[in-house]
Amino acid sequence: MFTKTSPALDLVYFLVFAAAVLTMPIWLAPIGAGYPDLLQKFAIFGLFATGFNILFGLTGYLSFGHAAFLGVGSYTAVWSFKLLGMNPIPAAVLAVVASGVFALAIGYVSLRRSGIYFSILTLAFAQMSYNLAYSVLTPITNGETGLRVLESDPRILDGGGATDGPLISNLFGIEMTGYAGFYFCAVVLLIGFFIAQRIFRSPFGIMLRAVKTNQNRMTYTGLNPRPYTLAAFVISGMYAGLAGALMCITDPLAGAERMQWTASGEVVLMTILGGAGTLLGPIFGAALIKYFENIFSAFNEQTLHEIFGFLPDFLEAPVVAVSGLFVGEGWHLTLGVLFMLIVIFLPGGLMEGFARIGRVLKRSSNKSEKSGSATAPAE
Amino acid sequence: MSLIRKPLNRRSILRAGAMGGAALATPTIFTSRAWSAGYLNEPTGSEVVFGFNVPQTGAYADEGADELRAYQLAVKHINGEGDGGMLNTFTSKALGGNGINGKKVAYVTGDTQTKSDAARASAKRMIEKDGAIMITGGSSSGVAIAVQSLCQEAGVIFMAGLTHSNDTTGKDRRANGFRHFFNTEMTGAALAPVLKNAFGTARRAYHLTADYTWGWSQEGSIKKYTEDIGWDTVAAVRTPLGAGDFSQYITPVLNSGADVLVLNHYGKDMVNSLTQAVQFGLRDKTVNGKQFEIVVPLFSRLMAQGAGENIKGIFGSTNWNWSLQDEGSKAFVKSFGQEYGFPPSQAAHTTYCQALLYADACQRAGTFQPCAVKDALEDFDFDGLGNGPTLYRGADHQCFKDVLVVKGKEAPQSQFDLLEVVEVTPRSQVEYKPDMADVQGDLGTCNNGA
Repeated sequence: MFTKTSPALDLVYFLVFAAAVLTMPIWLAPIGAGYPDLLQKFAIFGLFATGFNILFGLTGYLSFGHAAFLGVGSYTAVWSFKLLGMNPIPAAVLAVVASGVFALAIGYVSLRRSGIYFSILTLAFAQMSYNLAYSVLTPITNGETGLRVLESDPRILDGGGATDGPLISNLFGIEMTGYAGFYFCAVVLLIGFFIAQRIFRSPFGIMLRAVKTNQNRMTYTGLNPRPYTLAAFVISGMYAGLAGALMCITDPLAGAERMQWTASGEVVLMTILGGAGTLLGPIFGAALIKYFENIFSAFNEQTLHEIFGFLPDFLEAPVVAVSGLFVGEGWHLTLGVLFMLIVIFLPGGLMEGFARIGRVLKRSSNKSEKSGSATAPAE
Repeated sequence: MSLIRKPLNRRSILRAGAMGGAALATPTIFTSRAWSAGYLNEPTGSEVVFGFNVPQTGAYADEGADELRAYQLAVKHINGEGDGGMLNTFTSKALGGNGINGKKVAYVTGDTQTKSDAARASAKRMIEKDGAIMITGGSSSGVAIAVQSLCQEAGVIFMAGLTHSNDTTGKDRRANGFRHFFNTEMTGAALAPVLKNAFGTARRAYHLTADYTWGWSQEGSIKKYTEDIGWDTVAAVRTPLGAGDFSQYITPVLNSGADVLVLNHYGKDMVNSLTQAVQFGLRDKTVNGKQFEIVVPLFSRLMAQGAGENIKGIFGSTNWNWSLQDEGSKAFVKSFGQEYGFPPSQAAHTTYCQALLYADACQRAGTFQPCAVKDALEDFDFDGLGNGPTLYRGADHQCFKDVLVVKGKEAPQSQFDLLEVVEVTPRSQVEYKPDMADVQGDLGTCNNGA
């Protein structure tokens, strides 16, 4: 899929993806994930990881501070709600602009270094932003309590306050909660995915790949990689800001913990888990992590007893006791094990796993046909 | 084909436009409310689902674990298993030990991680996926306020767990949210007279405050009441939540000329800051010719356990303590002890009461409809839940009851016997007007969801 590309193939690819995303409420219901809040999370974090992948997957620059842009986007969106009104469109646009400017500033400084120094710089900036949001900038961010929309806010476009209904973002009357909220996020995800796909296939994308492959050689040929990496950094910061805005559109509250380094680490995990440098991988990774966080963490002993109820009693008790360690508050443990397994056995992430399965199937279907060119790994 | 392809041309724009249009039209199919019920998550089978949203990880995990134990016990008692606990001493006899309105209670759990985002995500999951009719729990005011407004928007009842900030039922009060726990205003009113008797009227206080809604609220209340009895406030320093090391904040206290340190910290923060303050020798000092004192306005037994020796002789307030000798408390301690082997904490007590109060209100209302349940809870007078006669005030959905002023015990009898009750401040002394300046807010109208 990645070795051979053509516009027609890309379109098919995009349409299949769009269909899959829009029908998520149906085909995710059997595994307990077909409820709006989690679906929104899938779309939002899918977008976040897609953006992160433009930087990490294409240029190889590992940013450990992407949560800062998520946070900036969130705060901007809530301020837009507070000042302009509950319409999600200005909120999203302003969030993208604000996080883009912020990313430009941080990227300009951080991109003077590469490798581990770049990662540490971004991490430092993100932690600084987190601490600022948490304490120093309390008047803007409302500190630990989190920024919310209040009845008393001006909200100019909504006619200056005094609404009867709950303070929920609404797109010309459609409230951005539940399934409507999910579809809004899904459409934004599709737009984001489409743009990412164009970037991947564009000359610009090829330049970014060149940065990753061999920056020295690129410099020798007379090209300056800085503008390309900075552009990638800003674009990926804008994606993060948009994801942050979506989080506030579906739930108008922005908290500083969104900017913590754990949140930055999470998006790195998502991307690596799914497959860095692939289009779909980060979205799979994001969905997997959010699924674990929301579903596995909710299992308690009661549910385990239901699952293992078929076992005889003397077996059931130890099985429940052992598996109890991996669910509920132990869901991080399961995630850790899964992450290790994937990194060790499938360095290319879930996408490599799919590609291997695909190759096995292809080989068994046309054994006689000799494969001419060796398939290159995804990245 | 050339390497460079124009990303946009007329055709691709048309295609994108058509797809975008189709995608935008899709949601309307799903948002039509053809199936909308009388109210959100109306129970239709033989079970009704409660959502227990407690911190299972993070700084307040100990409290969260105890809350969950209490909830499980409450569900047992409501469903008629076990010895019935405080159901037997509760003045309202509506519940008959066979569930609520003929339905058995089932529950789902979630982890708030003491983060507003995580708590709201987990509450949303319980409401949207598991069909929870009521959300309860939590051990932080920031989280309680965030989840309370979520429940208001979604249209389910929120029964707050351990949350002590005035704002929960003050400026952030909501029609769908109810709090049994006391607040900083009551702590100030109850604690100040005791401090006056113990330490005199000419004192200089230094505050260390956890930097979030609860810390601010507590600092404000303690300042207000101690300044009323003649104390000076030297300084009030904000510390980040979960700081771990407080030494940089404690050193300045020594040279500030203060003779009382007020620690507006809770959970592990309080354990750390108190331990470090004692290690710095603050309690052995004499400043302005007076013995240096430390005050911890909000105390709990779990914290006392963590702080060990250092807690001895330190004043604070608490919602409830297991050593109380009224019938309700005895029944609760007995059945909790039989189930888990140790006495319950104040977090366990308040959440158990909240579950029982909600169940009772549903039974009295004859339905689970949030607005009807709200009406049943408002201005409800009850007794027998360990705090003496209590009122659920309708104007702000805050419970009013006696407040315990406690002191770290000098000679504990057991590892749980850490707090001694100095004074039970009667309810009349801690009551305030619902529209008092610090706590003004608007309940709004109740929301049934669908």
